[in-house]
Amino acid sequence: MPDGNLKLRGVVRAVLGDHVDTDIIYPGRYLNITDREKTAEHLFALSYPEIRGSLAAGDFVVAGKNFGCGSSREQAAAALKFAGVGAVIAGSFGRIFFRNAINLGLPVVIAPEARAGCAVGDQLEIDLGAGEIRNLTGNRSILAAALDRKCVELLAAGGLIPYLKAKRVA
Amino acid sequence: MTIAEKILARAAGLHQVVPDQVVTARVDLAMSHENADLVRKSFLEIGALRVWDPTRIVIIFDHRIPAESERTAATHKAIREFVAAQGISNFYDVGRGGICHQVLPENGHVRPGMLVVGTDSHTITHGAFGSFATGIGATEMAGVWCEGALWFKVPHSFRIDVQGQLEQWVSAKDLILYIIGKLGADGADYRAVEFDGPAIRRLSVASRMVLTNLAMEMGAKVAFTPVDEELLEYLRPLTPQKIGSIAPDRDAHYERIITIDASREVSEPQVACPHAVDNVRPLSELGEVAIDQAVLGSCTNGRLEDLEVAARVVAGNTICERTRLVVIPASQQIYREALHLGYLETLVAAGAIINPPGCGPCVGVHQGILAAGETCVSSTNRNFVGRMGSKDSQVYLASPAVVAASAVAGRLAHPASIVQEDPCLMEI
Ligand code: SF4
Repeated sequence: MPDGNLKLRGVVRAVLGDHVDTDIIYPGRYLNITDREKTAEHLFALSYPEIRGSLAAGDFVVAGKNFGCGSSREQAAAALKFAGVGAVIAGSFGRIFFRNAINLGLPVVIAPEARAGCAVGDQLEIDLGAGEIRNLTGNRSILAAALDRKCVELLAAGGLIPYLKAKRVA
Repeated sequence: MTIAEKILARAAGLHQVVPDQVVTARVDLAMSHENADLVRKSFLEIGALRVWDPTRIVIIFDHRIPAESERTAATHKAIREFVAAQGISNFYDVGRGGICHQVLPENGHVRPGMLVVGTDSHTITHGAFGSFATGIGATEMAGVWCEGALWFKVPHSFRIDVQGQLEQWVSAKDLILYIIGKLGADGADYRAVEFDGPAIRRLSVASRMVLTNLAMEMGAKVAFTPVDEELLEYLRPLTPQKIGSIAPDRDAHYERIITIDASREVSEPQVACPHAVDNVRPLSELGEVAIDQAVLGSCTNGRLEDLEVAARVVAGNTICERTRLVVIPASQQIYREALHLGYLETLVAAGAIINPPGCGPCVGVHQGILAAGETCVSSTNRNFVGRMGSKDSQVYLASPAVVAASAVAGRLAHPASIVQEDPCLMEI
């Protein structure tokens, strides 16, 4: 996320269903890739390979409930981030995926109505701190949960690594 | 307070905590497998030099053993070098351990009241030993390696009270599949789940681990089974350390209390059908499902009692010609015991292949990958699209007894249809 900016603007590139698990986001067979940037090549590789090619930097992925359920693989969050995804907006998230995303500096927004309120191609504006989503294309607001203070702090730092680095220097 | 609240309060140095409170807690044990390489990279990126406490870190190779590719071999090598440089003595290399969630308890690393984190979602399994155990990501683990602490949001707690008892051919696996089917894949999202009741207290420690392991598949953050004499007896020979106890307070607050009558509600084996763990049906409701591969193993069901029941089912039978039975003991220790007791002999004689103790095909990497159009019955814990191979393969999750029976029948089958005798009286 650019310089701790908690306001994001982007285009919805994919609208997915409920229970998109980490095997769908990043299949187990590619887990021995530990170079984070390279994980992007295998984003949604088995189920939705077309999404990756269509992503432009800062695009949003919208989904139903329990996005990122399943394994603890951090590659799932890394692949989204390094494929250019600016934020994932979902009804709810798998717990470990949610933490991984924050720790890698990938904004995640809980918004139960997002799937019904957005279509592919819509322009959104998100205020992470306040928990607000504006659908600029449809000219309506979508209710979202404000992020915990701790999460905002980590996102603002760009993730856990820069956060801890800064702490060590200080 | 509930068990989760008590452990977090202790680890955070507080008298009391309440749900939704965010606390920073000291970690008692930090476990990683091959993804220790990702952790190591983040750790170095942070600029850290030494881990906070090498005696509290455990590293176990299990996902890709022995190395299936040059890339994995290099990963293993990098971790070995890191482990040596940091003085991490709790390191279980290829041939020394097995699946991380079996190796940790088997070697006395987990005890009641501990706060355990692991870079694996099924770390939740260790709640069967009374520990607050949960999965975290690799970068987060790098933070733990630096600081020995982590932030947690105190979870709300559910209590699942299981009355009655498990009938013949109904195991802990069937019980937990039934519960997941009832609550849904996100039915316990972010919650701490306490299992208790007479049916639970009668279970072996190995069977309790099946419950806590699969609680992950309904979204739980941590899960517990009771710390009782059965557990303490299991733990005593494993560790010279003092073993504490932990139980919820009488006035502990639960967001939900769910009561299940096992005898009535779970009267037959349960199966999770493709492609979701909460897509659960009683075995008798499924029609004819032909099976290409049967997998017996994993951190869910690769323990001695699982190999034993499978051996009893296949004893005197042969695996169906069109079906492969892949057996994976969960650890080296279980492998040796199963050898000694003749279970592996029985399984191999029937036509099974034995994989080395590790994750094997569970995560779709090697040692039994499915082709498009193939159907597998597996004692593992996930049947997501493509989990064990082709995205066009199908995985049914079931108990070890059903896996073994299906391997013999070549289709999903009830063990009673294969074994006529009372399994308790049978000798193998
Ligand atoms: S056996 Fe399967 S579920 Fe268990 S740790 Fe290994 S890959 Fe994960």
